[in-house]
Amino acid sequence: MKTIAELKAIREAAQGSKNIYEGTEKEIRIVVGMATCGIAAGARPVLNALVDEVTRRKLNNVVVTQTGCIGICQFEPVIEITTPELGKVTYVKVTAEKIPQIITEHVVNGKPVEQYTIGAYKK
Amino acid sequence: MRELSLNILDITQNSISAGASVVEISILQSEEKDLLEIAITDNGKGMTAEQIIQVTDPFYTTRKTRKVGLGIPLFKMAAEMSGGNFSITSTPGVGTKIVAGFQNSHIDRMPMGDMNSTIGSLIYLNPGIDFIYRESVNEAEFILDTRELRTELGEVPLNAPEVTGWIKEYFTENTKLR
Repeated sequence: MKTIAELKAIREAAQGSKNIYEGTEKEIRIVVGMATCGIAAGARPVLNALVDEVTRRKLNNVVVTQTGCIGICQFEPVIEITTPELGKVTYVKVTAEKIPQIITEHVVNGKPVEQYTIGAYKK
Repeated sequence: MRELSLNILDITQNSISAGASVVEISILQSEEKDLLEIAITDNGKGMTAEQIIQVTDPFYTTRKTRKVGLGIPLFKMAAEMSGGNFSITSTPGVGTKIVAGFQNSHIDRMPMGDMNSTIGSLIYLNPGIDFIYRESVNEAEFILDTRELRTELGEVPLNAPEVTGWIKEYFTENTKLR
């Protein structure tokens, strides 16, 4: 059984490893569209997959956050990845299954997965 | 929307946009009374009487990126098509409360779906906002209050990976929603 007391242990462990939450610069941003259009199209499982992947790979320089409707509802679920090297890249019609590949190639290796980007869809 | 938990996630985004610092989501399910009631209460900026009437109109929205606002109309429709009812009460500067009632056994009543994911996503994405999740399923109560978690966690944020994992498991062990 999980107990609230376990949170205290998490806190103590964090104090032991000093500043692991504030010390790292979050230089990579992943934004998920979470308006009605995004949620209806499947943004929630995409977000879950992002959080799982970022946690599993211990990507401490990545922040996963949300935005509202960006006006391209027909392409939802939409995620935007912003890195210092590549700037902002928009992925459209994202699914949870595509996330591990996007994280590996784009976030870790610095090479966007072209076929899932909005540029590829519009051609 | 295929699950009520997605409607809840969507409606709660409105509370966040309204600048709420505390959002309470409560679910009451009773087989005996054949009732499912979902209430979302926030301390955001609230709405005027005129706005309350407008928000159930799909062609009303405050955003600029598109011309329709479907969140509330979809939630209202989900309630009304399953023998239920829907209400909004709000006071500018105080907050808003949305209540959707459903006939629990109604054939068109959509499933609750993955409520754990909805609560987990909200807490993860909004570590600065407090969420109180209150559930009563056939009288069995379960409450998850991030203010309580915060007291234990101190400076550790609510979206730290260990905490996200803990919340998910804690929810799974305690929820009685089906």
